[in-house]
Amino acid sequence: MSTLAESRTPRAAASGTDPVLEIKNLSVDYGYDDPTHVLRQVSLTLNRGEVLGLAGESGCGKSTLAYAATRLLPPPGLITGGEVIFTGRDGIRSDILALNDKDLRASRWQDLAIVFQGAMNSLNPVFRIGRQIADGIQAHMPQVTKKEALERSANLLEMVGISADRLRDYPHQLSGGMRQRVMIAMALALDPQVLIMDEPTTALDVVMQRQIVEQIAELRERLGFSVIFITHDVSLLIEIADRIAIMYAGEIVEDASAQDVYRRPRHPYSDGLLHSFPPLRGERRELGGIPGSPPDMRKLPTGCPFRDRCAFVFDACAHITPELVHPAVAGDDHRRSVACLRHEPETVAAAGFTPQPVPDRLALR
Amino acid sequence: MSAQPTGLPPASRLGKAPSDEVPVLAAVDLRKHFPVRGFRSKQVVHAVDDVNLELHRGRVVALVGESGSGKSTIARLLAQLMPVTGGQLLLHGEDATAGNRRAFRRYVRRVQMIFQDPFGSLNPIHTVRYTLTRSVKIHQGRLRGEELETALSTLLQRVQLTPPERYIDKFPHELSGGQRQRVAIARALAADPEVLLADEPISMLDVSIRLGILNLLRDLRDRLQIAILYITHDIASARYFADTTMVMYAGRVVETGDSESVTQDPKHPYTQLLVRSAPDPDDLDARARGARGEAPSLVRPPSGCRFNPRCPFATDVCRAEVPPLLPVGEGREAACWGYADRPDRPVLGSVLDAFGERPPVDISLLPVTGGADTEEEGR
Repeated sequence: MSTLAESRTPRAAASGTDPVLEIKNLSVDYGYDDPTHVLRQVSLTLNRGEVLGLAGESGCGKSTLAYAATRLLPPPGLITGGEVIFTGRDGIRSDILALNDKDLRASRWQDLAIVFQGAMNSLNPVFRIGRQIADGIQAHMPQVTKKEALERSANLLEMVGISADRLRDYPHQLSGGMRQRVMIAMALALDPQVLIMDEPTTALDVVMQRQIVEQIAELRERLGFSVIFITHDVSLLIEIADRIAIMYAGEIVEDASAQDVYRRPRHPYSDGLLHSFPPLRGERRELGGIPGSPPDMRKLPTGCPFRDRCAFVFDACAHITPELVHPAVAGDDHRRSVACLRHEPETVAAAGFTPQPVPDRLALR
Repeated sequence: MSAQPTGLPPASRLGKAPSDEVPVLAAVDLRKHFPVRGFRSKQVVHAVDDVNLELHRGRVVALVGESGSGKSTIARLLAQLMPVTGGQLLLHGEDATAGNRRAFRRYVRRVQMIFQDPFGSLNPIHTVRYTLTRSVKIHQGRLRGEELETALSTLLQRVQLTPPERYIDKFPHELSGGQRQRVAIARALAADPEVLLADEPISMLDVSIRLGILNLLRDLRDRLQIAILYITHDIASARYFADTTMVMYAGRVVETGDSESVTQDPKHPYTQLLVRSAPDPDDLDARARGARGEAPSLVRPPSGCRFNPRCPFATDVCRAEVPPLLPVGEGREAACWGYADRPDRPVLGSVLDAFGERPPVDISLLPVTGGADTEEEGR
């Protein structure tokens, strides 16, 4: 671990964290001639052993972020800038975006594994699931015989709660929840350090969702991998994630611990998102959701992209693009950040506008 | 509301419907079996069995269940998009099975449906104007010119797409998901229906605009006194929006009652599991963590109660006999032998006691992979 400590960035060392994946100023465009900027200078750090939730509406760039960070982005997606630093168990740091093809192939699945959205469509329908898992193992470890690889696949299946005799089943013989588990078993086949899960439970009903989520939590505790969990269901994230990053229109607007996001949201969008889910308990009251609809990424407004839907908009919002800063609420956790001009009085004043205080609703303690 | 069509009976503008009046639409012992494909296969999928359902004017009934529990099949049966295997549909107490095209169109005028996917249910090559005009002309007769324009803008205003001029000549791809769903609702309203069957109307939409659509439907229920069947897998939204909630499991109704008591005090073990499985950050301790198993095959459903293989309280009677809906409180029913008055009934406990603990994962199996990993790194 001594090598690890040396490679820590000063900031991370100061806060006692141990980053395994650092996304720095990542930008992604879609299209070539008149590109749409779907990710704009996104920075995000995943610490070792942490579950990081990535929440936001469809089209806000959550999946794009995950795919760009793993270089799986299909054309016309184009990474236009930034770096993604992966720190291995041995402390060696590498920029995934700068790896050559051979190293990238070796790194995928072994360092970072992805469970894709919709497990139903991720498995090849004409191969038995045992063979599909074994394939991945053999591709990365050529010295492993087919028999050994199949044995390992059987172990992996049992680990996710599927009996080993399902190894010879085809995907259509399994239920949706089981297929999702097979995908998770596959992703864990090479003992990766980072597991990216893109809406892994969206197609499942709540009982199955809970089973899968509990299983992931259990496996993570034992195996010590880190998870990036992408979903639009914030209430699920609050339960399972250590930290939550809220995305809106291709930017991260709030990054804080799960309980902070839930109890003390600082960005009006986070607050709105939390009030978009009718509660199962407590008083039944009228909820409004968030007025308006997500902006068209092709023609984003100037300034804050959320301002058209925001209840706390003021004149500066149309002119200044907010950046992720420490919230202007005294006593907040020093690691949390928010992108809202209400929290940036100096920037607002410097641009010649009158700074507005943080509304009470966004300054809960 | 100048273009309010005249087909509506005047009584429908009165206040809340008393529960003893004749329901607008009722299903009696509804049953649907799908044949299983295959050579001389006599097997059937028991998609829906013995479902009774009543929709009253100005009331919302939610049908909650997991995927494959038969809730969408019920909507399609009620819309008469496919024939029933058994049972009856009653419209204002009269048999409503449409035998021919004309009868079907008469029926459709009163019972309209909204689908889950607004991206698929609107024809992409037609404008909003065309889509709505079709519906208006089919159901309200040959309106022209001014009359037609007023009808169209009234419809768009009703679904809060204002000003109507901004939306009337748009193609579906120019609208957001929420706006598209509103157009789909407007199309259904053009028939001036008495019943609206909404099949997961919000599950394809962005989370921040879902409540907007639910609030719109609720507003329509109150203003136009439409009876709404709301199908969802999200029991929390059923609590928010519906007056009555029916919970389905594997093709059968397992619990009914007013939404508040069904969600706050679930009686059937499956409903308890459902409520305890939904994410609830305020109540982390009371989550059912150790639940196992999944919905049964509907080709050969389990004998007796269909939940018995997963139920922690199941006894022999549950495996032998199908439980009827038994009264479990005021206006509430649950299909569970635990509430029957018989000596061999199962004793119900809390699902939390049965499922409260997280099950262990057998990790001893993994070092095989982990070991090889380090071995390779060492080389």
